[in-house]
Amino acid sequence: MKRIVLAALAAVAAMSGSAFTAAADPVDDKLVIDDKEMIIRAPAPEGHPFEEVMSGWLFREAETRATEADSFANPGMLAVEQGEEIWNTVEGSAGKSCASCHNDAAESMKSAGASFPKWDPDSKKPINVELQIDKCRVKNMGAEPYKFDAPEQVALTTYIKHQSLGQPVKLDLASGEMQSWFDKGKDNYYNRTGQLNFSCSSCHEASMGKYIRADHLSQGQANGFPTYRFNTGGMVSLHNRFRGCIRDTRAEMPKAFSDELMALEVYVTWRGTGLSVETPAVRQ
Amino acid sequence: MRLTGVATLVTAVCFGWAAEAAEVAPDQVKFEDNMVAASLTDAPGNPEEGVKVFVNRGLGNCLACHVVKSLSKEQFHGNVAPALDGAASRWKMEELRAIVADSKKVFGEQTVMPGFYSLEIGDNVRKDLVGKPILTAQQVEDVVAYLATLKE
Repeated sequence: MKRIVLAALAAVAAMSGSAFTAAADPVDDKLVIDDKEMIIRAPAPEGHPFEEVMSGWLFREAETRATEADSFANPGMLAVEQGEEIWNTVEGSAGKSCASCHNDAAESMKSAGASFPKWDPDSKKPINVELQIDKCRVKNMGAEPYKFDAPEQVALTTYIKHQSLGQPVKLDLASGEMQSWFDKGKDNYYNRTGQLNFSCSSCHEASMGKYIRADHLSQGQANGFPTYRFNTGGMVSLHNRFRGCIRDTRAEMPKAFSDELMALEVYVTWRGTGLSVETPAVRQ
Repeated sequence: MRLTGVATLVTAVCFGWAAEAAEVAPDQVKFEDNMVAASLTDAPGNPEEGVKVFVNRGLGNCLACHVVKSLSKEQFHGNVAPALDGAASRWKMEELRAIVADSKKVFGEQTVMPGFYSLEIGDNVRKDLVGKPILTAQQVEDVVAYLATLKE
């Protein structure tokens, strides 16, 4: 109850905050969650267009930032709790739960959130946490894969990524054909789509730090996904966000987990190399 | 169909007829020296209509990126692009028309500003929008007429 009241207060505060006169620079502040200091600024990896990578948290209003910093106020922690239940629930013909094989997620999933997407030799494609869950469900549990953005998929992904809270994002691009998927993802990042003719870089690189109407444009980092958003009052997965951005250029949306968006996930995740996993981050 | 439209416009201009809906098609707009000299329609732009298109989030949505002080009653002006106060003192009307119609022809390919009367746009355009520019020719003329009022 306390959590819900706090979240509602923060939502009202976030909506009433005027961006018209707000400064256009990211804030100078520290993010500490559960006594762990998050890395919210890091030197960019070689070949990155920026010198410093920055968490989207630095671009949000004070109330939104405060909500993420307080695990009791962060409504995304409800998804973490739901995810923990699913982790321990037996499903499918093999009579197993996630915990049957992986035991305590705090140990077994400690680095998962910081290192996916990874190369999957079976499908010969990169695999993200959502698809790894599906792979486990089908192969090891005898259960159905989740439909895209099913509440269970989002909750379990949030729970698993949350185990890496604070760990710096680092992908292994030397594994399998990750590098060529990275290259494809980079092409997609700079490719303009839709009637409005925008690429990811139009907003998150060329206009980073400025305002589009009331929206303070961040670097578009992936390290906080799935994210709790006040404007929809729920969790938003990374591929949901990708599709929403592309829709906003007035283009047809690619399918979630399509090759196009998996390549983009590899590239965009790399762009946040060195930032802490913040799942579940809080956004406006 | 497009040729007919142009022919109608040419005829209308030559003979001074007020032909209905005569307009230059998006791919027939002539850019010269960063200007579009001729009106895209045969009806003069209306600044009162133009400001509505300018503000409307589904049409011009110009405040998404530009500040205009005289429109301060509208919430949330963006700052991705320069403020437009005094734009008419910095640009000729023919230049403003070119910038609104297809800014990439004036500022180069890298500009973020969409071409509001262009079909040289992004990939994979939403199916119901294929072949359609963001604004109609008349809406462009109306916005240009409004911009022309923004003098220092």
